[in-house]
Amino acid sequence: MNINFILSQSDGRAMYLQIMEQIEQRVAIGDWPPGTKLPSIRALAISLRVSVITVKRAYLELERMGVIVTQQGKGSWINDSLDLLSLQRQELDGALQKTAELAKTLSLSKEEILLLLNPYFE
Amino acid sequence: MTATSAASMAIQCEGITKVYPHFQLNNVNLSVEEGSVMGFVGPNGAGKSTTLRIIMGLIAQDSGSVTVLGNAMPEQQIAAKRDIGFVSEDMRLYDSQSIGFHMEFIRSIFDSWDDNYAGQLLKRFDLVKNQKVKGLSHGQRVKACLMLVLARRPKLLVFDEPTTGLDPVARHEVLDEMISTMEDETRSILFSSHNTLDVEQISDHITFIYDGNIVDSRDKESFLDGWRRLRLEIKDTPQLFDFPGIKDVQQSGHLAAVTVSDFNDQLLRQVESTGHKLLGTERMTLEEIFLTSVQYARGVSQ
Repeated sequence: MNINFILSQSDGRAMYLQIMEQIEQRVAIGDWPPGTKLPSIRALAISLRVSVITVKRAYLELERMGVIVTQQGKGSWINDSLDLLSLQRQELDGALQKTAELAKTLSLSKEEILLLLNPYFE
Repeated sequence: MTATSAASMAIQCEGITKVYPHFQLNNVNLSVEEGSVMGFVGPNGAGKSTTLRIIMGLIAQDSGSVTVLGNAMPEQQIAAKRDIGFVSEDMRLYDSQSIGFHMEFIRSIFDSWDDNYAGQLLKRFDLVKNQKVKGLSHGQRVKACLMLVLARRPKLLVFDEPTTGLDPVARHEVLDEMISTMEDETRSILFSSHNTLDVEQISDHITFIYDGNIVDSRDKESFLDGWRRLRLEIKDTPQLFDFPGIKDVQQSGHLAAVTVSDFNDQLLRQVESTGHKLLGTERMTLEEIFLTSVQYARGVSQ
């Protein structure tokens, strides 16, 4: 298993979120299909050069989301019954929420946002 | 936090006090779980080195208990030191002798010396075995000391400012080796550092010390989650900021940046109930958290 995560400390986003995203991306593009065994928390932490607690958190959140399954003594793997579509919908949901928040701080109306969306659908 | 038995704590300090004419350690509590990395952060003179020396049994505390790898310190320090690797700024090597001499010296004392690993470290750290110590740069000297300690594969590493004064390449090499030791879940690290980036990257747990007092101690994720900068638009109500954990307020006209140390959903609701408009929240780097903590501690003590 090739673990070439690109993580950035200057990214501004929490490290555990970056790790989660890298795992989710690999799942989404099919590199890590359902059933793929994940490295142990400690092994991943060492290879990413980050603290164990950060990887632990990423795994916990992924488990909460249903992306991975963890079993005591057996480790973790990508959820066999993972619904990729619902994962992507979750991502879209998050992006929409952020857009709405930004729109509010910029005092933009829903209609103005829809106009701004147009170029991206051409 | 779940209860852990004494056996799974690599270090346990309770109520440590040490009085000097111009400085005092007050009721210091510090625990390092086995298999974890503890980053110890504080300004110069805050008491980091004193605390580490008490943990190593080099200084005796005036009151309080210290247990390291199951050994009471300083009474049982000889037994403890078999399994501890300590590196600090004032490590003395024999100037006229070579690195190789020191390797032999350490090997003759410690059974756990791993010659193969020592050789790998020499390469990794770009050190020359038969080079005399007096010809080494500061960075090379630090790396030599680290190599001598790491090659014994001790259960506990206690490092006082291991990367201070090192160039970026050397810093990276040292951090890498520190991280590699964590492959073994029975090994632990306690290190003090000014470099908040390093601490943020590899620590599981972080402790802040200021003016002889522990100011904060949490696991890293809790620190980074709990500290936030809230951007508010101030409404013209007499309602000031009345929510817990405010550590700093910067106000400019109707905009305010409020730094809190215990951010959660409940706090969010309290903020909303003040009537001020929340524009957004930002996470903070460990450096910013540290600076704000010190500033706050200074303000409180005045």
